Amino acid sequence: MKWKNLIKVAFKSIIKNKMRTLLTMLGIIIGVGAVIVMVAIGKGAEQRIQNQIASMGTNLIMIFPGSMQSRGVHMGPDQGVQLTLDDVDKLKKNSTLLEAVSPVVRSGVQVIGGSGNWNSSVWGVSEQYLEIRDWEMTLGDFFSANDVRAQNKVCVIGQTIVKNLFANEDPLGQQLRLRNVPFKVIGVLKERGQSSFGQDQDDVIIAPFTTVYYRLSGQPHIHQILARAASLEQMTQAQAEITAIMREAHKLPEGEDDDFTVRNQTDIASTAQETTKVLTILLASIASISLLVGGIGIMNIMLVSVTERTHEIGIRMAIGARSRDIMVQFLIEAIVLSLSGGLLGVLIGFVSTYIVHLATDWNTVISLENVLLSFGFAGAVGVFFGYYPARKAASLNPIEALRYE
Amino acid sequence: MIRSAENDMSRKEAVIRTERVTKIYDSGEVQVEALKGIDLEIDPGELVAIMGASGSGKSTMLNILGCLDYPSGGNYFLDGIHVNDLDRDQLADIRNRKIGFVFQGFNLLARTTAFENVELPLLYSRQQEIGDPAQLTRQALERVGLSDRARHYPNQLSGGQQQRVAIARALVNQPAIVLADEPTGNLDTRTSIEIMATFQELNRQGITIIMVTHEHDIAAYCRRVIEFRDGWIIRDQEVPRPHDAGKDLEAGRWKTASQPGERP
Repeated sequence: MKWKNLIKVAFKSIIKNKMRTLLTMLGIIIGVGAVIVMVAIGKGAEQRIQNQIASMGTNLIMIFPGSMQSRGVHMGPDQGVQLTLDDVDKLKKNSTLLEAVSPVVRSGVQVIGGSGNWNSSVWGVSEQYLEIRDWEMTLGDFFSANDVRAQNKVCVIGQTIVKNLFANEDPLGQQLRLRNVPFKVIGVLKERGQSSFGQDQDDVIIAPFTTVYYRLSGQPHIHQILARAASLEQMTQAQAEITAIMREAHKLPEGEDDDFTVRNQTDIASTAQETTKVLTILLASIASISLLVGGIGIMNIMLVSVTERTHEIGIRMAIGARSRDIMVQFLIEAIVLSLSGGLLGVLIGFVSTYIVHLATDWNTVISLENVLLSFGFAGAVGVFFGYYPARKAASLNPIEALRYE
Repeated sequence: MIRSAENDMSRKEAVIRTERVTKIYDSGEVQVEALKGIDLEIDPGELVAIMGASGSGKSTMLNILGCLDYPSGGNYFLDGIHVNDLDRDQLADIRNRKIGFVFQGFNLLARTTAFENVELPLLYSRQQEIGDPAQLTRQALERVGLSDRARHYPNQLSGGQQQRVAIARALVNQPAIVLADEPTGNLDTRTSIEIMATFQELNRQGITIIMVTHEHDIAAYCRRVIEFRDGWIIRDQEVPRPHDAGKDLEAGRWKTASQPGERP
């Protein structure tokens, strides 16, 4: 039979059994729809994490004191060698790949000022900190190199502090008392919200590290050094350079373990990204199972249909249908069923994804690749599960098929 | 052979010729010999009734003649083609090109219009030049007088009309023979005579028709009757004066059964 006629016969048979057609397609519709929704949710989460990583400042490098391990013995932070301001100076002087370097001296403090008091932490940093973190100001200015040199008692505060202490007034120019040391508020940071690890990034007071180091902290060491590599491409080289300079500064002999740790933000964030990737794969596999079940549904109905239509197959054979004609008719039926089911599934997937997005405010991403893949998979399911029933139909004996009632 | 040789020589090439055709059904331990060596010739333009009780082998014979089944032994030539040599696909093509089937149960596709049912054999045709399918379909429906029912579904047609759709389907490929398996078995007497009138009309137009029936009053409309018993042909004779179904209809013969002795 000609292809045009085969397709015509298959389509007529599909249209003639609307209820059966719909029921058969239902499995595929749900399967494809589920795959699209699940992957859209997974991909959305992945993208969200990616955006957060980008917002963290990707060429940020962090140096922590203490090595993970020293001669097989894990060291506590106080037992290891601490980072010093001398390290910061050496990094500034000797590095070629770093754009900016800042020490971080952290101290938990009770803040008094404005409308009451608040427990927060004060970070002592250099004037380059804003640039290193890629942060922005909404009000006032960040402190200058002069402020750092002169140990000026000035600070920049985050939105949480503003909300809690200066709800109804302009914070600029106000005084905050940290451990009885008065600081003048000269700027307000732009709101940053929660970090991907759940920290409130706005609950912070930032002041010159010299002021914090000498007047507040009382501890003779710094907690962390932050640096910004000149370019993203040179992150690895920059980290190697930092390691070399730090080993030199700490006079570590060859073979000795590092007494500090160099990491970048992407290392940390990529772990989170890996997690969401696994989540996406997990969601996709669960959804794929429903697609598979949909395929088995097609096979089931097609098998029933072959039995139910044995007599019809007999008639077709009697008037001259070859085995191949019957086989192709049933195969086309299966493929058309699964493809139109796939098409409807894509449609329903789009709609459900949108509903999920509206209802939960989750990020969702529908990629063309994903749509084509699940659609193609639906077609493959049709061929795979349609083949057996089609072959069964084609191998019927015309006499017995005709006699079958 | 039952018919005389000189008669055969004077005729055209037979459309059906079987030589010692046998059929043995082998179900493991039991072997049933349904046909025990049938020699049969049917010429173009004949209207033949095959009669016999159930189990006589007539249905088996019809399946073989219809290329639905292979003979176990002997030779079968249809329109000069040696059918024994053909594979499954070639048999399907022969059924499509050379044979039109009419069944007792009509065997129309449900939920499919009369037109689409009649068109179906054309869709399976592998011949290059079969002409315009729609045109051929309309012509076939016209020949059985159902042009006005083309868009009707089988369940909207009477039994007689359904059978005429089936006849149109059998004719649409211009086959060498029409094989009818008890075509009037599901119909009342009047409709049966109407169907026979259609067959007689088609036969007058030159179409070869072979029908299986167990009703003598139906066989009486045919020009030749072949009777089977136990796998043999026991009778093969011309009907001297076949009934004319058209005249019987006009005369209202179905009201008083044509052969009262046959009816309980």
